[in-house]
Amino acid sequence: MKKDGFLDHLGRPVVAVTGMGIVTSLGRGKQDNWAALTSGTSGIHAVTRFPTDGLSTRICGTVDFMDVAPVSNQLSYAFADAATREAIAESGLDGDFNGPLFLAAPPVEHEWTDRFALADEAGDNGNPANAYDGFLKVMRNRPHPDVTRTALFGSVAERLADAFGTRGLPITLSTACASGATAIQLGVDAIRQGRTDRALTVATDGSVNAEALIRFSLLSALSTQNDPPQKASKPFTKDRDGFVIAEGGAALVLESLESAIARGATVLGILKGYGEKADHFHRTRSSPDGGPAIATIQAALDDSGLDRTGIGYINAHGTSTPENDKMEYLSLSTVFGDALPGIPVSSNKSMIGHTLTAAGAVEAIFSLMTIATGTLPPTINHENPDPAIELDVVPNVKRDHQVTSVLSNSFGFGGQNACLVMTAEPA
Amino acid sequence: MTNSANDVVISGIGIVSCHGVGKDAHIAILSADQAPEPVVDTDRFTPYPVHPLPEIDWSEQIPRRGDQRQMENWQRLGVFTAGLALDDAGLKDDADACGAMDMIVAAGGGERDIEVDTLIVNEAAHRNDRAVLLNEKLTTELRPTLFLAQLSNLLAGNISIVHKVTGSSKTFMGEEGAGISAVHTAYERIRAGQTEQALVGGSYNAERPDMHVLFEGVQGLSRINWQPLWSRDEPGGIITGSASAFLVMESRRSAEKRDAPIYATISAVEGDRGSRDGDGLERRLSGLAERVGPDDDTDLLIMSGSSGIHEISRREKDFIDGKWPSAVLRGYSGLTGHALETQFPLGIALSALALKSGSKIPPFDRANEGAMTTPASRALVTALGFVYGEGLAVLESEQP
Repeated sequence: MKKDGFLDHLGRPVVAVTGMGIVTSLGRGKQDNWAALTSGTSGIHAVTRFPTDGLSTRICGTVDFMDVAPVSNQLSYAFADAATREAIAESGLDGDFNGPLFLAAPPVEHEWTDRFALADEAGDNGNPANAYDGFLKVMRNRPHPDVTRTALFGSVAERLADAFGTRGLPITLSTACASGATAIQLGVDAIRQGRTDRALTVATDGSVNAEALIRFSLLSALSTQNDPPQKASKPFTKDRDGFVIAEGGAALVLESLESAIARGATVLGILKGYGEKADHFHRTRSSPDGGPAIATIQAALDDSGLDRTGIGYINAHGTSTPENDKMEYLSLSTVFGDALPGIPVSSNKSMIGHTLTAAGAVEAIFSLMTIATGTLPPTINHENPDPAIELDVVPNVKRDHQVTSVLSNSFGFGGQNACLVMTAEPA
Repeated sequence: MTNSANDVVISGIGIVSCHGVGKDAHIAILSADQAPEPVVDTDRFTPYPVHPLPEIDWSEQIPRRGDQRQMENWQRLGVFTAGLALDDAGLKDDADACGAMDMIVAAGGGERDIEVDTLIVNEAAHRNDRAVLLNEKLTTELRPTLFLAQLSNLLAGNISIVHKVTGSSKTFMGEEGAGISAVHTAYERIRAGQTEQALVGGSYNAERPDMHVLFEGVQGLSRINWQPLWSRDEPGGIITGSASAFLVMESRRSAEKRDAPIYATISAVEGDRGSRDGDGLERRLSGLAERVGPDDDTDLLIMSGSSGIHEISRREKDFIDGKWPSAVLRGYSGLTGHALETQFPLGIALSALALKSGSKIPPFDRANEGAMTTPASRALVTALGFVYGEGLAVLESEQP
């Protein structure tokens, strides 16, 4: 291969993916996840982590099989750790990773179990008018470093950096439901800027607890179709009524194509480009004209050097909320026009729910596996299509169909939009 | 240093601390004969002193009442200060510029509703089914809008809504390191020619007992009285301060094209982390110093973002004294308090103001900081996390 093959249409280093790892409610590891996802299996189930008395939403896609205490910081670390181990093993890299770490992680807070324990410890010394007075008295008596560590936003990245020998100061980021895509984007940037030959991009979310569920519930964002749980997430249907809150972790080893080839690594796909654009319309709703989402998708195509005929499959954000699915369709139809009916578009969230902070990276991995296997994962629960959304959603059953380029969308609260384009390894 | 088109310059500064609103209030302090009287509230969060917010007319930067109401104080403060920075850079009403501008915000989490938390904790004292209690109370007592005021990325979201900055929007978390990474990431993007302008900063509300819990878990907070930064001998060492700083970072090419005044050039910024055991911290600081320079400490101002926490602050000061003995050291937490995610951008803002105004900065801690006899031509900004993460940046004054 000529040296030119290592540079893209704008003269930047081509970014390859050489390792991937994943954890969702469908299982641990790519193999189990892909088998379940392509067979149309749902990971959505009744909440068992905490009581659901009095809650209007009682279903979730939590990951309940990891051997750690069910608190968000520990779960988030466990998913990130498992996914990273798998990704690095696949990449064939030994020893310290020795590249930067970009981590999408959920905003953490003190756990209620900690608050209750501190209140118990304060006992009669507490202040009935302000619980925090009591907590602080307890801490003045005796330090509680674990309570601090649980609530430090950077703690998951700190542990990952130690475990895998990443280089420099890791970045912990949140762009709400676009976080996973943003982590990958930062990794791509670091390689394009020539700062590094490789980057570790990880996204994780183990933050499903009663308060998180209730907060989203109060915003009317969650599906309340509790029975049966597997049927609740139904993107692009007429009776969709909200997303299903879920958990997961995903890790990708990114490398300059040149360095990947030089060390004889297997290239799993190319991170061809990204687009981003913020929306200033509203805190939770997107511009009615879809302007920022359209601009984001268009920017991703431009950055990748592709036009609207260059995308073979779209991995939708497809949350199953009335608002998102309508807006996403509007954006896609605006950008792809009369090419859209010929492009299959499916939503992994119909099976794994919305893995929030992790979603963008989880779905990037599924996008790359779609390219690698020639199998399109279905959108399940597609029984009553929304007539206003004319998409080929690969309804209910997987489809064998070879594609060489995928667009993956992520949109989030706070006007966050990020899109990734992935392609097959250049021949 | 020689100027080049891809230099990363600072062309706009928004700053708020207990000492006032905007750059003029802060230049006045940096240029005064002696340090100002500390602005400290020792009553409201006793035994913890805090540096409180100054009086702010929010409407100056957040005209719509509805927008003001949608935010908690840390968001309101950040949106306000971001507006100051855009104004200062002459870009506030430039819709095209704001629509293309990158934004990176260093954020923590939003404040808890202390009343609701207290209600739940009180009730829980008499209940065994605490998890059920949580459902009962949270479903009825939580305000739906509070969640949005708590979400880390909604400070950036509100900046997009109020100021229409929409080129991109990223929120970094991770305490002091978030501020370091925010500046570093914008710096690398501008240097690589990927963007021309970036709005970068953070905001911290110290007047929150839930944040005191974070610091006090490691017994990090000073108690009772304010003492100068390097002279604190009571427990803890950290006195937090409400503060916000936003920078407009820009390529020299872009700033010169539009005749924007340039405060300073950022010539290097780096962050790192790792074990602080043994001489781990010192070895890492040496490595960082090697990468960012400066070797020569003539006319060098060191703006230390030391949190004040005892052992780490002492080790930082020892390192600085050994490495750059002729430099002038100023620990700005003694002035503003420690502002966590905002600490590093705040130090860069103060340094840029000092360089531009040619300030001879009075010692903030007379027993530990020497006199400054000539204005600095370069500034080194430090931020060492109270638990982890370290960063350095070097700013060069703009040659007339």
